[in-house]
Order: sequence, then C-alpha cells, then structure tokens
Amino acid sequence: MGHLSELHARCTDQYIEKFNRSRVIVGLGTCGIAAGGDKVMAAIQHEAASKNMHIDIDFTSCIGICFREPTVEISLPGFAGVIYGDMTPDKVPYLLESHIINRHPVEEWAVMQISEGSTALYENITKMNDYPFYSKQVRTVTSRLGRTNPESLTDYVATDGYKALEKALSMQQLDIIEEIKKSGLRGRGGGGFPTGMKWGFVYQAVGAKKYVVCNADEGDPGAFMDRSVLEGDPHSVLEGMAICGYAVGADEGYIFVRAEYPLAIKRLQTAIAQAEKYGLLGNNILDTGFNFKIKIKAGAGAFVCGEETALLTSIEGNRGMPRVRPPFPANQGLWGKPTNLNNVETYVNVPFIINRGSDWYTSMGTEESKGSKVFCLTGKINNTGLAEVPMGISLRDIIYSVGGGIQNGKRFKAVQIGGPSGGCIREEDLDLPVDYDSLTAAGAMMGSGGLVVMDETTCMVDVAKFFLSFTQTESCGKCTPCREGTKRMLEILNRLCSGAGRMEDLDTLERLGRVVKNTALCGLGQTCPNPILSTILYYRDEYLAHIQDKRCPAGACSALLVYQIDPDKCKGCSKCAKNCPAGAITGGKKKPYFIDVDKCIKCGACLPGCQFEAIYNDAAPHRNNCRPATRRTA
Amino acid sequence: MTVTEITLTINDITVTVPQGATVLEAAHQAGVFIPTFCHDPELTKFGACRMCVVEIAGIRNLPASCVTVATEGMVVHADSPAVQEARKTVLELMLANHPLDCLTCGKSGDCRLQDYAYLYGVKTGSFEGERHCYPLEDDNPFIVRDMNKCILCGRCVRACAEIQGNSIVEFTNRGFNAKITPAMDVSLAASDCVFCGNCVAVCPVGALQEKRLRRAARTWEVRKVKTTCPYCGTGCSFDLNVKDNKVVGVTSCDGDVNGRALCVKGRFGYGFIHHPDRLTTPLIKKNGIFVKATWDEAIGLVAQKLGQVKAQYGSDALAVLSSARCTNEENYLLQKFTRAVLGTNSIDHCARL
Ligand SMILES: Cc1cc2nc3c(=O)[nH]c(=O)nc-3n(C[C@H](O)[C@H](O)[C@H](O)COP(=O)(O)O)c2cc1C
Ligand code: SF4
Ligand code: SF4
Repeated sequence: MGHLSELHARCTDQYIEKFNRSRVIVGLGTCGIAAGGDKVMAAIQHEAASKNMHIDIDFTSCIGICFREPTVEISLPGFAGVIYGDMTPDKVPYLLESHIINRHPVEEWAVMQISEGSTALYENITKMNDYPFYSKQVRTVTSRLGRTNPESLTDYVATDGYKALEKALSMQQLDIIEEIKKSGLRGRGGGGFPTGMKWGFVYQAVGAKKYVVCNADEGDPGAFMDRSVLEGDPHSVLEGMAICGYAVGADEGYIFVRAEYPLAIKRLQTAIAQAEKYGLLGNNILDTGFNFKIKIKAGAGAFVCGEETALLTSIEGNRGMPRVRPPFPANQGLWGKPTNLNNVETYVNVPFIINRGSDWYTSMGTEESKGSKVFCLTGKINNTGLAEVPMGISLRDIIYSVGGGIQNGKRFKAVQIGGPSGGCIREEDLDLPVDYDSLTAAGAMMGSGGLVVMDETTCMVDVAKFFLSFTQTESCGKCTPCREGTKRMLEILNRLCSGAGRMEDLDTLERLGRVVKNTALCGLGQTCPNPILSTILYYRDEYLAHIQDKRCPAGACSALLVYQIDPDKCKGCSKCAKNCPAGAITGGKKKPYFIDVDKCIKCGACLPGCQFEAIYNDAAPHRNNCRPATRRTA
Repeated sequence: MTVTEITLTINDITVTVPQGATVLEAAHQAGVFIPTFCHDPELTKFGACRMCVVEIAGIRNLPASCVTVATEGMVVHADSPAVQEARKTVLELMLANHPLDCLTCGKSGDCRLQDYAYLYGVKTGSFEGERHCYPLEDDNPFIVRDMNKCILCGRCVRACAEIQGNSIVEFTNRGFNAKITPAMDVSLAASDCVFCGNCVAVCPVGALQEKRLRRAARTWEVRKVKTTCPYCGTGCSFDLNVKDNKVVGVTSCDGDVNGRALCVKGRFGYGFIHHPDRLTTPLIKKNGIFVKATWDEAIGLVAQKLGQVKAQYGSDALAVLSSARCTNEENYLLQKFTRAVLGTNSIDHCARL
C-alpha cells in the first residue's frame, strides 16, 4: 500500500506549488455558467494572453453563493484568495490590472477573502468566517466546493482524498460498519434511515454478488445539493461508494444521475477514468485485492425514479415504477441481488467519518440527528444558494443569518421544507431545531434539503397547487389513490384559486389527503398531500378567504384579483382606458374612470400606467385602506 | 420439511396460516372478505389498486393486504372505519374517471367495479373533473379495447408477460395520463399481439371484452358449459357460453391443465360450431363427387380398403398419420390398431412437424 502515500506526496507537491503562483479561478458550476461564468473565463484568458500575464487560470465549482455568481477568485502568492462576485467580462481588464499587476484587490467588488494556511489577509475585505452567509455554516460535505478543481485528481488527493479508502481497506468490514453506526449518520435522501444499520443489512444479506447504488436523481423542485456536490467534488462520491462496497462485500456500483445534469455526469466520468487509471477503482484497488467498478446510469428525468425501488427498476432497463417493500433492496435489490442504496450526500459524509472518526462526527448535531446537512436556499430570500449547516441549527438562523432575511424587506410568511413531500412551517415554529424528528413533528420533513422561503405575497393555496401539479404529473400512475387522487385534489385547488371553491371542498381535500397518504404505495403518494394538509392546518383563513370571499389575501391568484379605480384619485386622464386590451375601462373627460368587472381579464396592464396610483387590487392594495371588501359581483 | 405456521387475528377471528402467506390469503382462510382488483393468484403480486387495504395494529398506514406478509400475533382489522373510508374513496376515484355506461356495457353483471360500488354503496359524482376520452379500439375481429374503462390494475400486462410470454402491453405515460398500450401506443392489431385473449380473461372491468360474445349476450343470459377444447391434444378446459341453445362465445374457466390460459383458436375459434358449411355426416366420393354416407358405410369402406392393401402388398405398404386434435387415449388406440391390426410400425403424428 505504498502506492497511495507516493501519490499523495506527489499530488501535494503539485497542489502546494500552485499557491506559489498568481492564480485566477473562475466558478464554473452550472449556476456559474448560467450566470455567464464561461464568458468571464474567456475574457480572463483573452486579457491574460494579450497582456502577457504569467498567471494560472483555473476553474472550480460553485462555492455556494449562487446569488453572487459569476464568481472569480484571485490569489497572489502569500496572500489570501479574494472572491469577487457578480463578475462580467467588462470588469475583467480592470480587475486583473488592479489585483494582479498593481496588487490592489478591488474592494468594492470583493465578496470575501479566504486564507489558506498562513497567507496574509487584506485589511478591508471580509473574511469568509465573518461573512454572514458562512458564519453559521460548517463545511464538510461542501468543503472542496469552490476550493478545488473538480476535474483534478491531484487536487482531490492533495486534500486528503482517498485516504479514507486506504484506511478502510486496512479495517475489518464489520468495523467500518460499526464506525458508521456510531457516527449516527442518517440517510440524506430524505427518509433519514440510519446508514450504518442499512450497510449492516446488506453485509448480512446472503449472496455472492452485491451492488452499491448512489441515488443522484435529485428531482425535488428547487433542490440542487447533490448536483453541486457531484459537480464540485465527484471523487468524494466515488470514494464513499468504494468504502461502502468494501464494507458490504460488493464489487460493482451504479450512480443513477438524472440526465438533466450533464455537467455532473461529465465530471463523474472524468473522475471515474482518473480513479481507474491510478488503481483507486477497478481491480485490485491499492493492491489489496479488492475490486470495485462504478458505472453511471443517466435517468430520464422522472421524479419517481428517485424512489429506491423505481430507481433500481429503471437501472434494470424497465419502466421506473415503485414496487412494494419488503423485500427491501438490502435483500433483493438490483437484479434481485442485495443492494446498498444511499444518497449522494450520505456517501460523501463517509470518507470524512472514516478519516476523522465517529466521535468528531457526533460532536455536531442533536441527539438523534448528527453531523451537518446541506440545504438549498431558494424563494424570497436574499441569499439564494447552497449552505451546509450543523444539524440542530434553528430555521430562524438559516433564514435570517445564512439566508440574509427576506427580499425587499417584506414580511416572512412560511418556509417550505422537504419539497413536494414536505410541509410549510410558520413564523411561530422558526425556532425549531433542524433535525429529522422535529421537522416531521411540525408537519414538514427534512427531505433532501430544499428550503423555499415565502413572504407575504405568497398565497398558500397557490403553493399547495404548485406542489400538487408537480406530484400529479410525476406520479407514476401505478396506484389508484396517487394517480387519481392527486388529479382530483389539484382540480379542487385550481377551483379554489379561480374563485369557484365551495365550503365542502375543504372537507374533500382533507379526506382525499388522508386517504392518499394512508393508502398510496410509495413515498411519493404517501407524502404528496403534505403540502395541502399543512397549509390547511396553518393557513385555513387563506383557504376560507378564497372560498367565501373569493379573495386571495396575498394577491397572488390573478383570477381573484379585482381591479378598481379610486374615484377620488382618478384625474380622468384616460391612460388606463387606452392600456386596457379588453376595453373594460370607460369614463369621460374630467370624470373618474371605471372598470367593468365583467369585462376585465385581470391582466394588470392598467395598473403601472396610472401616474396617480388610482388603480388598486389585492396585490397592490389601496393606499387609504378603507375600501369595501372586494366581492366578485359576477 | 415441516412448514412453519403462524397465527394471527383478522376481525377478531383467529387463523393459522403457513409462514409466508399474505394477509389477504389469511383473510380468505378466515372467511373474511377483502375486495381486490389488481390481485390475481396466478400473477406476480402488484399491490397497485389499493382496494384491499387493511388496518394492522402497529403499522402506520393502511397496507395492501395482497402484498403484506402475515406475521405471528398480527392484529388485522379488515373493515375498520378508516379502511371503509379508504375503499370507498378508491372506488369513487375510479368511478370519477369511468364512462358509467353500465346500461350498454357488455361486462355489466360480471364487473368488479360494479359489484364493489354496489357493495360499498358508492354513488357516482363525488369528484367532478376531467375524464379520459380515448377512442374505442375496435379494429380487430376478437377484442374490443376501451381504455376509458381501464382502472390500470395491470393484470393484462402481467398476464401477457407471465402467462403468454409476449409482453405486448405495458404502462405508458405518467400520473393521470397513465395508460396501458402496446409499444408506441398502436392498436393491438398493429402490434405483435397473437390475440390469445388471456388479457381479456383477467380484466376485472369492461376495458377488454370478447367482441362477438359481448355483442351476442348479456352476462346473465348465458349458461356456462365446461368442456375441453377440441383443437389440440393439450386438453385445455373452458366454458362454452350458451344462449338459446347456441354457443355464443368462450370464456376461461379454471382448467386443471391450463388455468385460464387459452390460445386464439380455443378462445375465439368457435365459429365452426353453428356454421352452415359444417360437415354433419361422413362423405364418400362416388364418381368424383362427395356423397353423404352413414358411419357404418364409411367405416366399412375404410376397413375393406385397408384389408385389401394389406392382403395384396403386405403390412408395410400401410402407414398411419394421427392428429394432434385427438386425445392421448385416441392416439394410443390408433397406434395400437396400427401395430396390432394393420401390423406395421409406420405410425406418426402431425405434432412432430
Ligand atoms: C418520490 C420519491 C423521490 C425520491 N427522490 C430521491 C432523490 O432524488 N434522491 C435521493 O437520494 N433519495 C430520494 N428518495 C429517497 C429514496 O427512496 C431513498 O430512500 C434514499 O435514496 C436512500 O438513501 P439514504 O438512506 O442515503 O437517504 C425519494 C423517495 C421518494 C418516495
Ligand atoms: S404512490 Fe404514486 S408514484 Fe408511488 S407507486 Fe403509487 S402511483 Fe406510483
Ligand atoms: S385493461 Fe383491464 S386488466 Fe388491463 S389494466 Fe386495464 S383494467 Fe386492468
């Protein structure tokens, strides 16, 4: 096993050597590229060539501050790396000239600085640890994101990569499983099943052939944790899987990645080829006689294929439909063989636990939920991005410290956790610790890590409708309650949002929700009523307003908006009548104009045009706030 | 090997079943009725329709009894209020997307959806909303497929794959638009379907119907007469459906040899029975023309000719070819006759081909 230490020494030398040169590193995760990172990269290359600059130009993946993409990091030998946000190609010449040639970082564009080892810090730039987005974060699973080149085996090995595999291969299989059990690691794919226990089942399962499968389907709307990790640190997934393969006695692994993640697939392929080349995957790994190969299966983009039995069926080449458990995959999985299936993030935790020990891991988190969890912050929050926080942190901390609070100074209304399977949590419950059990008790669930923040302009009926329309189209259609029940629930929600709701609709929603939850075959159906049930529970008033007053208090359901003109404010300029495509506005010179509710198509074209702010509706309420309750007269 | 047994209670009835039995099987043994659509003892367990859900102490949801293995000491309630609510809701959901044309549906009277709706007192109209509007598939001589009536129990899919070994139909699309179709959603006629009709035999509703039978008689008008198929020596059993003393169709029964499986000839090839061209007496060719004869005349003629050939040219001038449509016993007798009476070993059988 001299093999790895040699490689490690070589890689470390090369890695350290990089810091002796001036470096410009562009964030090229999917978010960075989407924001124009590749154009910034081209501008940097062009500028460096034309000015004949002797710099290293490299790339990395998303460090988590998606709201500041494209990001560029510049580091000079002996100095901290400075991360710049919101970069554009036209800023590049000045940036390079100032920071590299004149050695003056551009403070007003800098987001923060990161000091590796003993590099000198700049005075007026925030340190990463003091930057509010990061101050409450821990970086384990995401530690290499934005710091290393995801396509470089050198970077991975130099940052302790494959050390855990080497260590694991010198351990007894059962000792590895015991270590994972002691760490308290629970599945990050949503269910929170204890990982060590699952590995134990697969180890015990009888069979010469076993498989290890990584679930990288990540179908929740608004979730991109797994993508970020796959794009930013693909080797860590391979290492975690290989350790698992050794521990449970498997020699073959599959990564099921959705085809919508082409960059992740490409980086995984690169990583697999590199690992095979250096004997870290394949036959006789690190000369120990352990064989382990990994293949990639690109999923065709069905949410239900994230469900483990559907996923395995899909790898087998069949239509991805869940089947009844038991038998669990641990006993009868891929092609009927014992199979260990875990989420991306679960596997990535493994090398850290093996390297640093379960005691280190259990020092983070709560009694029943250990370690850290990666969340994707989205919605009406200031800092949208990827954040890794210790288990047990409060939702309030995530939203207000990490997330920087609500956009545009609006009022917080709810946070939706757990995607289409989850529920909404109110202001009152924001101090709940983030752990599997507290969230479930509050009617939401940890889920895979999607966290959608909603403000006062979000309509909770509309939110339920959004998730239901997702689950309805993603239901595999196998079982009656999910296939037909989601359709009817969605139809009812559509009715409520269009003003045709009836009081008995609430009872029907609750009954359907209850039955679908109780009787559906797989997790998709069993959890899909959660967004409805939790919003009815906490925001019943809003449902009642839609049904009884035909009003959407948040002003989000356009069909329920009633546009009116305040006769006191209207100066009779007739601009609104000209803007109205439906001819619904009439009036005369110097007389207040009037909107015919029956003709109005609620397009809102009149609203911004009125200089006198005389036009109002629920979304843009009347300033005097003394209008009569808006009832539809139709 | 002794079979381990386990004991559980269902609706307070204690029942002992072999280990590995499902709750549904245990309920059956205990005499407790549990409705099912997708379950079929001959096919792989599917657990899809959720009609057979039950309440089990210590289990969170309402599991499907057809796929839940009974365990020692299990306490099952097969008719609790939650179970009743769930079953009614499942039925309402199915009916909300069903044509409800029982008045003219050929399956009426032999339809599980109809039976259970009656049993649970489910009224229609609980959920107004979209219904499917697929065109009726009526372009082949044997099967009418009305996917608007399909409840997606998947029995036909499994019957085609597991009984017939053909896998012509499968689930396609997702969610509400899920549908059972041959590849590329073509009609059965345009697929590689062999029209064995085994899918029709397992369909619990009127989505798949025997074309001629269901146009000839209501389900309650026919008398079923179990018989053995005359087409080949396999000996499949089926029910002749008889109306006004005429065979109007064939349906599967639970045959000892074949279960419910039949081939296209057995299930749909009964047209010869009342066909005007059918032979009813033996014919003897006289002066180049077939003329009606009695059995005595015909057999006498054959015996005379065989004797003549044997006397003139010897036994080995004779050879016998028997038919796969004969029974084993008939074939045995024929070879005995060939060897012992005709005196030759030259006997063969068409099934060799
Ligand atoms: C509808 C549905 C979708 C799912 N999608 C995912 C997914 O995208 N990624 C994932 O890791 N787990 C997903 N799961 C959970 C998996 O079935 C499985 O529990 C998980 O991958 C196990 O890994 P873990 O123990 O590491 O969490 C989904 C479950 C359901 C019911
Ligand atoms: S619950 Fe929905 S997704 Fe799951 S098996 Fe049933 S129909 Fe398919
Ligand atoms: S056609 Fe009949 S057997 Fe096939 S899935 Fe539909 S209802 Fe079931």
